Amino acid sequence: MKARQAIAAAVIGIVVFALLPLLVPAYYATLMIPFFGYAIALLGFNLLFGYTGLLSFGHAMFLAAGAYGAAVIAGVFGIRSFEAVLLAVVVFAMVLAVPIGFLCVRNIGIFFGMLTLAFGMLFYSFLFKFYHLTGGDSGMRVPRMNLLGLEFAQYNKIELLAGPFYYYCLALLIVAALLMWRIVHSPFGLHLRAIRDNARKAEYVGVHVHRFRLAAFVLSAGFGAVGGAILGFRIGLADPEIVYWTHSGQLVFMTVLGGFSNFFGPIIGAFAFTLLQDQLQSLTQYWRFILGGILAVIVIGFPTGIAGMVDALWRPLWRSKT
Amino acid sequence: MTALLETQNLSKAFGEFRALDGVRIAIAPGELVCVIGPNGAGKTTLVNLLTGLMQPTAGDVLFNGKSIAGLGPVRLAEEGLARSFQLIQIFPQLTVQETIATALVSAQKKRWRLFSSVNADREMNLRVREIAEIFRLGHRLDITAHTLAQGEKKLLDVASAFALGPQVILLDEPTSGVSTAEKRAVMDILIAAGRQAGVKGIVLVEHDMDLVATYASRIIALTGGRVLADLPAAEFFNEPNLIAAVVGKRRGH
Repeated sequence: MKARQAIAAAVIGIVVFALLPLLVPAYYATLMIPFFGYAIALLGFNLLFGYTGLLSFGHAMFLAAGAYGAAVIAGVFGIRSFEAVLLAVVVFAMVLAVPIGFLCVRNIGIFFGMLTLAFGMLFYSFLFKFYHLTGGDSGMRVPRMNLLGLEFAQYNKIELLAGPFYYYCLALLIVAALLMWRIVHSPFGLHLRAIRDNARKAEYVGVHVHRFRLAAFVLSAGFGAVGGAILGFRIGLADPEIVYWTHSGQLVFMTVLGGFSNFFGPIIGAFAFTLLQDQLQSLTQYWRFILGGILAVIVIGFPTGIAGMVDALWRPLWRSKT
Repeated sequence: MTALLETQNLSKAFGEFRALDGVRIAIAPGELVCVIGPNGAGKTTLVNLLTGLMQPTAGDVLFNGKSIAGLGPVRLAEEGLARSFQLIQIFPQLTVQETIATALVSAQKKRWRLFSSVNADREMNLRVREIAEIFRLGHRLDITAHTLAQGEKKLLDVASAFALGPQVILLDEPTSGVSTAEKRAVMDILIAAGRQAGVKGIVLVEHDMDLVATYASRIIALTGGRVLADLPAAEFFNEPNLIAAVVGKRRGH
């Protein structure tokens, strides 16, 4: 994607999301919080999947690291600064990702997927069984935290989520996207794409294949933790479902839905999924059935996802303009 | 003169089968050495050992006097030894520009730059363009590799190896998969590129005896994993028996 197109798309997106809380009921504004969380997490996930070619089925463990990390730091240790919590959970998730990634990235394809799945489920069992540490199936409470040192005591939870926290998350998403944009267009990002396309050839042009896969894994974990902390903040709880393998599958779904070969695909996927899930859930109890059908249609008919479809529709228009 | 690249009693066995058996060769600066031999003579095994893809069963490979046996491709690329593959190896989704830049990022040790832009690196882009021009790909910089013509893919494959600025390059049947009409053009470009890029030695594995006769300065003939002959090209082609042993009487020169 050309930089100019990307900037245009990003500016439109930012303006729309900045105005949204003023135009829609608070319910929809709070609904956007998980969107922001997932979008940030998926930016990282897609560094691994779309750019490095590694499909993880255990990525939810890093969202769990973020949510549980927030619960421990804010709830147990009583540090209520959300910035400090974010910093801590990012470091925690990245440190956690080093040994796991080290064991996983030597395998590719289905073996990488299965190993990440195994680690995810290991993490799930730990959270589920170590009741005295993690609260077991009832999880851990994530208390309200201060944003930029401000308590926002006069706001109730919904007002906080639909107001200050909404804009806080929008800002986080912008920062995360800028950061990721730099990473994927850097020499480092170029080497990741070379690995995705042809790892054998990449080695012969001096690419450190294993080290770079590990680096992508660790970076993606950091983004995942930010997403997890946002999800935890919203529901005020970190529970083991967040790391269950279906949640990892959901991350894959969103990325494929949005389009993993496009920089904005994961963000679009997170948005579409959040809205779809919300609307379908209120329509029918068979919403999972419909989501499954949509996934099948996307994979078979539109492998480039929503972003690919939009790109294909827009391209002729764009060309005629320039 | 010390050899750039040499092997000492190099052997490789796959189970009972001895693919290479006590091979001793040396490549001096300025040489273009052709490795020839019938199928199963051990040519590709030799290249794989020379480029660190396999560990030898016995013996050693020396590059500038230093053992490089089993060092692995990344370290070899850093030492100054590059290779191309018999089957075309490209990065299908990367453009010509990006493919060459990938090698330059390695050569210029910029790989851990996470936040600088490849596109904004003017010095690198100039070098990409230079290399692309040498390989007649200058007008194809923005083309995605998988959409290139077969001959262009081959050139791109080798161009990315040259971009590493190697001292020695091993070309494993660089004209395989290239149409007969394109073969000479491809070889001419490769040889010229080697000179321009300051490559000191080229090892060429080739089946086509016409190409060998045209380009080789020295010929190493392998049969059954052993060195049958190691002669300057002119002498080799004066030995009809040798030629027959390597390529079969049918195709004698």
